[in-house]
Amino acid sequence: MAESILEISSVSRVFVKNKSTVTALDRVSLNVKRGEFITLIGPSGCGKSTLLKIIAGLDTQLEGKVLLEGEEIVKPGIDKGFIFQEPRLFPWLTVEKNIAGDLSLRRPEIRDRVAELIELVRLQGFEKAYPKELSGGMAQRVAIARALLRNPKVLLLDEPFGALDAFTRTHMQEVLLEIWERNRTTMIFVTHDIDEAIFLANRVVILKPRPGSIRGIVPVDLPFPRKKASSSFQELRIKILNEFEKVDDLELESGFVI
Amino acid sequence: MESNAGTLSHPLSEAGRAKAGANVRDVWKEKGGTLVAGLLLPAFAIAIWQTAGSLGWISARFLPDPYTILKTFRELAATGELGADLGISLQRAAIGFLFGGSLGLLLGLLNGFSKTLDGLLDPTLQMIRMVPHLAVSPLIILWLGFDETSKIVIIALGAFFPLYLNTYLGIRMVDRKLIEVSQVLAYPRRKVLTRLILPAALPNILLGLRLSLAVSWLGLVVAELIGSQSGIGFLINIGKQDGVPSYIFVGVILFAVVGKLVDSFVQALERRLLKWNDSYLG
Repeated sequence: MAESILEISSVSRVFVKNKSTVTALDRVSLNVKRGEFITLIGPSGCGKSTLLKIIAGLDTQLEGKVLLEGEEIVKPGIDKGFIFQEPRLFPWLTVEKNIAGDLSLRRPEIRDRVAELIELVRLQGFEKAYPKELSGGMAQRVAIARALLRNPKVLLLDEPFGALDAFTRTHMQEVLLEIWERNRTTMIFVTHDIDEAIFLANRVVILKPRPGSIRGIVPVDLPFPRKKASSSFQELRIKILNEFEKVDDLELESGFVI
Repeated sequence: MESNAGTLSHPLSEAGRAKAGANVRDVWKEKGGTLVAGLLLPAFAIAIWQTAGSLGWISARFLPDPYTILKTFRELAATGELGADLGISLQRAAIGFLFGGSLGLLLGLLNGFSKTLDGLLDPTLQMIRMVPHLAVSPLIILWLGFDETSKIVIIALGAFFPLYLNTYLGIRMVDRKLIEVSQVLAYPRRKVLTRLILPAALPNILLGLRLSLAVSWLGLVVAELIGSQSGIGFLINIGKQDGVPSYIFVGVILFAVVGKLVDSFVQALERRLLKWNDSYLG
């Protein structure tokens, strides 16, 4: 693996609400290598989405530092692609226009790239379809193509397949891996599904809540394509589950309920 | 929903296209059916009305029969009087609507975008909105006289608010989640307006347009009835003064037909511009 593309050093984020403060993230540090696939996993309230928004530049009220290729992240930009939980397509635009966004399809290089990406996310034949005519999985693939068109240095995915049924979800995971293998885009993928986290990642980062911090990092050295039923996969699964149980004990001791 | 999805131009397959064609035919058949069904009751009523008139059951001084109304219509049309009156009325409504409507659209956009301007202007506008504009029309005539200006002001005043309110609402209802998308994709400020906020507000703006046109037409009737020397409202007034009820009928029917035509036109525009809309269509 190459040098690190993203350096997160001692990032804290405190929300102030009605005079009380909630520490969403407490001194989180993580280095992501170029081309790496990281999954962030943890129970709700562990700050995984907050961390993703900070990397995206959508949340700038933080302590600590986040560097993308050595430069501090101060605002959102196309170098940081973001996939939300919902596709968030513009309903009045066709698939190809949604992907192009503010860029004109009249420019030949844009048109070619869009056509290429439509093929990559397997949506040929749907270029002129409106979002209302797409299934959830198709719409999310359009969102992925829209982010990839901007050639992001890092693609941030916030539980992107959380709203999909199990079959579509598995299919989408395969599509995403195919994209990753072809483009080698650095991916940071938030999920609360352990299987999904292991299936996709080079490293699974486990977060714990209250305050949100990194509990442990589990490297996944299984070759692709991975088999969820294989024993090595299951071993990793148990290892990660054990990490969570430690989290649970901790929560019970301090009297919190997840 | 099924028949609707079929009519959308979507290049799925040859089979799909054939199915879409069949659906279009079905829709037309269905539309023709409902049109006939909808016309049954009016046709029946007109038949009874004509019979009663022809048999002398109703005095023509109060309620002329449909044929007499049609004859009056032809006579008035033949002299060119009707066309001239209709032209004048349409012109007034159009000018009033253009002034009031564009001002409403403009202020709706400005107040929608700017909190400062909104705070400054909206309370006053809301206060004026509560005054029924038709009730103050005598005052407007007192100030501006019986000439064209007063009529246009009455119409413009009515046309202003539906477009103002709906444009404003449309802008303020733009999904924050989509705004976030435009941030992530680093849309330039100008493109956030033209590529996101305006298209998202379009359904509301078009609704405002439709309501504004309806109110303009209403304002025209009132303005012309209160005092004018030309226009459809003037024709109605003549009918009242000279005791020719068929004039009144011709005027009323013209108001209704033109109003409906204008509304249908905007509706067609809506269907064209909002075909992406995924709302309940009945």
